[in-house]
Parts: sequence; structure tokens; C-alpha cells
Amino acid sequence: MRQAQRARLASTLPESARNPLGGDEPGCIPRCPGSPASKGAGLLHLIVGRTFLRFAIACKALVLLIAKLMLRLNSMKRLVCCGLPALLGLRLCAAAPPDLTDAIQTLRTVGAEGRGNAAASAAWKTLAAADLGRLTALLAGMDGADDLVANWFRAAVDTVVVRETAAGKKLPVDDLLAFVRDTKHSPRARRLAFELVARVQPETTEKLLPGMLNDESLELRRDAVERVITDAARTLEAGKKPEAVQRYREALKFARDVDQVQALARKLRDLGETVDVQKLFGFIAHWKLIGPFDNTGGKGFATAFPPEKTIDLAAEYDGKSGKVRWTDHVTKDEFGMVDINPVYQPLKEVTAYAYTEFASDKAQPVELRLGCKNAWKVWLNGKLLWEREEYHRGMQIDQYRLAGQLQPGRNTILVKACQNELTEKWTVEWQFQLRVCDHLGTAILPSTAW
Amino acid sequence: MTKHSSIFSFGLQISVAALCLASPLHAADWLQFRGPHGNGVSDEKDVPAALDAKSIAWAVDLPGRGLSSPIVIGDRVVVTCSSGPRQEWLHVFCFNASDGSKRWERQFWATGRTMTQSKTCVAAPTPVSDGRRIFALFSSNDLICLDLDGNLLWLRGLTRDYPNASNSIGLSSSPVVVGDTVIVSVETDCDSFAAGIDAATGVNRWKSDRPRNRNWSSPVVFADKPGRQVVAIEGLGGVVTLLPTTGEVLWNRTNESSNITSPTPGNGVLYVAARAIVALQADSESHTPKELWRNHLLAPGTPSPVVHGDRIFTLAGGGKLCCGNTANGERLWSLQLKGAFSSSPVFAAGKLYTVNEKGVVRVVDVTKPEAGQIASELDLAQTILCTPAIANGALYLRSDAKLWKLANPAAR
Repeated sequence: MRQAQRARLASTLPESARNPLGGDEPGCIPRCPGSPASKGAGLLHLIVGRTFLRFAIACKALVLLIAKLMLRLNSMKRLVCCGLPALLGLRLCAAAPPDLTDAIQTLRTVGAEGRGNAAASAAWKTLAAADLGRLTALLAGMDGADDLVANWFRAAVDTVVVRETAAGKKLPVDDLLAFVRDTKHSPRARRLAFELVARVQPETTEKLLPGMLNDESLELRRDAVERVITDAARTLEAGKKPEAVQRYREALKFARDVDQVQALARKLRDLGETVDVQKLFGFIAHWKLIGPFDNTGGKGFATAFPPEKTIDLAAEYDGKSGKVRWTDHVTKDEFGMVDINPVYQPLKEVTAYAYTEFASDKAQPVELRLGCKNAWKVWLNGKLLWEREEYHRGMQIDQYRLAGQLQPGRNTILVKACQNELTEKWTVEWQFQLRVCDHLGTAILPSTAW
Repeated sequence: MTKHSSIFSFGLQISVAALCLASPLHAADWLQFRGPHGNGVSDEKDVPAALDAKSIAWAVDLPGRGLSSPIVIGDRVVVTCSSGPRQEWLHVFCFNASDGSKRWERQFWATGRTMTQSKTCVAAPTPVSDGRRIFALFSSNDLICLDLDGNLLWLRGLTRDYPNASNSIGLSSSPVVVGDTVIVSVETDCDSFAAGIDAATGVNRWKSDRPRNRNWSSPVVFADKPGRQVVAIEGLGGVVTLLPTTGEVLWNRTNESSNITSPTPGNGVLYVAARAIVALQADSESHTPKELWRNHLLAPGTPSPVVHGDRIFTLAGGGKLCCGNTANGERLWSLQLKGAFSSSPVFAAGKLYTVNEKGVVRVVDVTKPEAGQIASELDLAQTILCTPAIANGALYLRSDAKLWKLANPAAR
């Protein structure tokens, strides 16, 4: 049954979004619909890039101007005026580099379980043989693609750059910088372009960083935040504490990587500042808990106890060792840890549910990010987002990233956390933490309007 | 013999000879985890009998972490690393064995989960090569196929394909290659599978469910019968041998086994760890192998055993190096070594090379039947968890920050 459910879940996802367990790395989550990267994924834009689009618009204007002028000329003059540009166009076409469109498209259609690999392998050779003038077209191949597809392009980009620069050719720095600045491109591709420029003009990329604090690329954002942290530390060393605090606050505002946020929160507290980490991350603190239900032999994981069928906060059910009912639970842990053991006393082979409601001011994509070392399931508005039957293999913030959709108004979140039979010291924990955020990890806070 | 068959035979011989000449395989290559035989043994003769600071032929910096072993293909030394704040940057490096200069580097983004326990990392599995291609697997379940010049041939994101086949502690099973099939074993408490993947295209030839148990051991290829190459996979659920081309189970033994050490073949016998060393041999009359012997005095810790001729060497958790007789399992001698060990020992020309977690490399002379003797030590002063490779008269090993070549100074 579990397999069937999993298969059904997987089949509802697009090919490029088959991994709902994005886990602890930002790049492998399903791309949220409507994200800037998705919007900019049109094929034309993808292949020729934004620069070419601008060029095309300029050409169109020029053609209109010429047409107006031609209306005023006699037939012979018209022939000369039309023929010369046509010949020039033919000449340009003959000198044009090979068309990469098909090869790029082939790489973009690589599917699950190696589907399309053979064709992609052949197409990759074409792309890897391109010259530096086509670098931004290769980078644009990553637009809207998942990381597997992006890796095909990345390998082609690296190969082209190594071969061509070894032959003494110069990187197209201006094109690459334009690519980096164009935030409609894939964050991964922009970061790669940034790194390429940094190899030859580190001072140029350094100047770009201050404008990247709020970048879609978490890698660029991280470097930009790090730069502010370094600046804040220097300011503090210079004895300018208020200015340093301001800089640390600025870094904290834009930091999304958990380690940077934690380090900044510690630093600010050391400086006497207060930081609401729970709110900053968007951890949910208020829950209703019910349990324990039976999980003897691990069977409770697949058993749909009453809270999975309907949420009735006034109801009373048969639990593992007597009647159970919903109780309020508030966690004060700044990382939103919901420790179930103190609620029911440390127990083994049990299951509990945690329920909360979340008000959203609009329909929007969301990530529920879970940390849990017990077997778990998570539902959003009654829809199972994912499940994982793994016990006591470690836990961390954002361990699992579950993509979903918030509806305007009231949303329901249900978490099932199971405890197994092991008795070793490292198997005692029965807990989870869950936060609500966007694809970058920016907290989505509950709306107060509902 | 007819004229035609004679011509055919001659032609075949010429073809075989030409193929042999054209093959990039070298006798001294070390193409996979624990070497050409999958049992830690190199056939090299001219290896360092003693190690000291002068043995360091070269050392190069690595930009990322790794427990994976280097592999050596001719003059190419290939090693994987992972880096970045979330270990999501995957690297495959190729260095020149002669001087340590970089031939090429490729970098990829992890498509699967990169969470691991702090001691391990995403670059834990050792890559494998068939002499023409490199197959690099990471704990994120990214499987990357490159040619020897670093050109990309294909990619697989196995977590993308099978999302619950991951372990929050990390995975470490190294792939093997048999003919045109790459075999991966991804075993976790959630989804577990073994798959035979077409080496040319990266498409599954077969995929079969494995027991849902965490497993960090690696499959091994060996001939369980004359002329029959099989793949053995050891895990908590037992030991199984599969036909590499189809995944068909040949024999299965469900008794307790190890999910950390890897099975070790030698002379058609498979040695597995089950709080002891157990010697197993295929039984033509049964789907269960014959248990030839078992001896708990030879039980290994994290390192996998070495089998050479009539000797089996194991390294216990406390650093006790044991030597046993493969004929009957009798423990012949033991030698206490200092330190904790994650690295598996390797063997060449009567010498056993061990590396403890503090980076102390020891050469143990195991030529005497009554006792092993430490011949020399070299302290590389870095945490080393990888198993060394032996090729071209040298040892190759890596830490989270460096890759070393150790060789006789005179041979460089």
C-alpha cells in the first residue's frame, strides 16, 4: 500500500520535480511553480539569451525604419537597398557558429532512470566543442532545469572554458557579467558565470557582491552575506559597536544558510542584542498533540489512526494504553523543537500526531522544512506531502524539504511521528521541528488578517 | 582443423592480441575499492618496504573532504571530494601519477541528500573504472560517468529516481563494474535496492529490492566457480551473490552478517564478517553456500579483511591485527597496533600497509608465519579514513585536504 501511495505521489510530479525529499541542499528541491527561475525558462530566451532578445528588438526597429525610407525610393534603388543587406545576411549566416539548439534541447529532456542519456551523451559532445562565444548559451541551458540537467551543462561549460583558455582565448567577461546580472537566469548558472569571471577579474565580482544580498542564488547570497559579516567584524574591531551591530543585523536579514543565521544570532547576542531565531526561521511553536497510539513492531507507521482520517479536536480515541485526546503544546525552543517524550513520558513503539493551523494571506508556494529522527509523515491541507520510515539516523534543521501550496486563509498541517523499539541511549529522542518558508528558506509568517 | 577454422583461429588470436595491446588497462592498475581482486591485494612486487618522510613522492592539496580511495588507471590517479557549506559540490579530480600535476577536474552539484554524520562525508564511496571509463558515486546517490579525459558520458541521480533510498548518516557503498554493467548497492532503512546499470548509457539493466537495512559495505566481484563472475553483497540481512548481467540471485545466506565491512574473496571462497570471520563457498547442490569455517577471534572492526593465498588478515576495533589460516580459520598470530582504524589494510609483496585515523601509515612485514612485525612508520599527521591504493610501485592515499603518493625514493 505504501509503495502504491508513493508511486501515486511520484506520478503527480513533473519529471524535473521527482524528488520531494530535497533534503538538506537547496538545489535539489522541486522548483516552485512561479519562481523567477521558472518564469524565465522560455526556450527562445533559454537558447539565445536576453542580450540577443534586445538585439532582435533593435533589428526590428531598424527594419521598420528602412521600410519607411524605401517607400520613398524608385525600383532600382529599392533593388540595391534590398539586395545588399540580403547578401550581407547570407554572408553572416555562412559565418555563424553551429546551431546548438537541438543539442541544448536534448540535454534538457534527460529524464528519470537515465532516460535520454544516450542522446544526451552525443549532444554533450557538440556542446563541449563549442567556443567561448557560446558560453552564455550553454549557461542558459540550465534555466528552469533541475540540478541533474544543470550538471550536464556545467560539465560542458567547464570543458569549453578549460580547452579554450588553455589555447589562449579570453573569457567573454562582459557577456558573463551581463548573464550574472540577469536574475531571470538559473541561480546555479549565474553562480557559475560569477565564478568564471572571478577567475580573471576577482575585483569585478567583489564589487558585485554588495548587490547580491537578496539574490535568488543562495551561493551568491552566502558570499554577499559573508562579506557583510567580515565588514561588521572590522567595524567592531575599530570600536564602532553600534555600526557593527547594524551591519550584523543587515547580514542576518539576508542570510538564509542555517549556519550563517546561527552564527549571526550568537554574535548579536554576544553584543547584547535580542534575536528571535524562532520567528526568523519561521518555526511553528503552537501545536495540538495527540497520542500515544500503538507502533508495536513498527506497524503504526502504516496504520491510519483517526487523526489521519479527520481532525476533530474535541474527539477522544482509543490509544495504546487508554483513551487519548488532543492537548495544547507550545515549544519555547528557539529552533522549534517539539519534544514529545515529556508529554507522554519516554515511551517506545508509539505514535503521536501534531496538528496546527496556518493562516496565509494568499495562495502561494511553500516549503515545509522538517527535522526529525523518527519515522514521519507530513500532510498539508489533508494531502500527504511525503513519508519516511527511518529511525534514529540523525537530525538537523531543514533535513527534509517538502514542497506544497498554501491556500488563502486557513491551512492545516499534520505531522505523524513514530518511535521504534530500540532502547539504546541514542534512540530515546521522539521529536521534530517544522518551519514554514519559501524556496530560499525565507520564513513565511502566519497572516494576522485571518 | 579445417583451413577455414585455422584462419579463423589465427584471426581471433590476432584480434585478441590487438585488443590486449589497445586496452588501456595496465597490470598495476588499481581500479576499484580494495584493488583489482576486491580483497585488498596488489600483485605489485616493487613496493616500498619501509616508509619515511623521503617516501613522499608528492602531495597535492584537495579542495574538499573525502573518505573515498584514490583509484589508479595507468598514469592517472582519480579521486573524489565533496565541498561547500552543505557538501553539495562534488568533485572528480584526475592527477598525473608521475608528478601529481592535475590533468583535469570536473565539478557537479549534488542532486540527492547531502546530510551525513560528521565523521563521514558525501565523497565516501570509491569510484570504479573499467580502464576506459570512470564511474564516480557519491553519498548523494549521484553516479557520474566520465571518460579518462574527463569528458562526461552520462549522469544518474539515483535519489532523484528513488527518493527514499537515502540514509541521514550517509552512504558509503562503492560501485563495481563487470563487463558493461556497473553494479550499485544502495541499502537504507527506507528503500533499498541493487541495480545493474549499463556502463555505456547509464540506463538500468536490472534493479532489485534489497532488505530495508542500513548498509555501508560495498559489493565485490569474484569467481565463485571457475569461469563464473558473480557479485556478492553483504548486509545485515545476510550475503547474496548475483549474476551481474541480470541481477539473478545465485545463492543467498540469511545469517547475520556485517553492514560495515565488505565481503572479501580469495581462491573462490568468500569471507564475511558476522562477529567472526565466516568462510563461505558456493555449493552446486544448493542455493545456500557451504560454511567452511568460522572464527570469532578473527572478527574485524570497521576495516575489511585482506585475503592473500592461505592467509587472511583482519583489523579489530581496538587495533589488533590478526592473521588467520584460510584453510581452517585458525588464528596464527596477532599484533597490537596503535590507534583507531577506519581504513582497510592493503597488501603487496609480503607487506601489509595499515593507516590509522590519525594518519600513521605502518608497513607490517607479514612474511614470517609465526608473527607480523612493524617494519616502519610514517606519520602524515592528518585524519585519514580512506583505504590506500597500490599501483606502479607506490601507495596513494588521501585525507580531507591532501592526496599523497608514497614510493621508494630510488624508484621515482
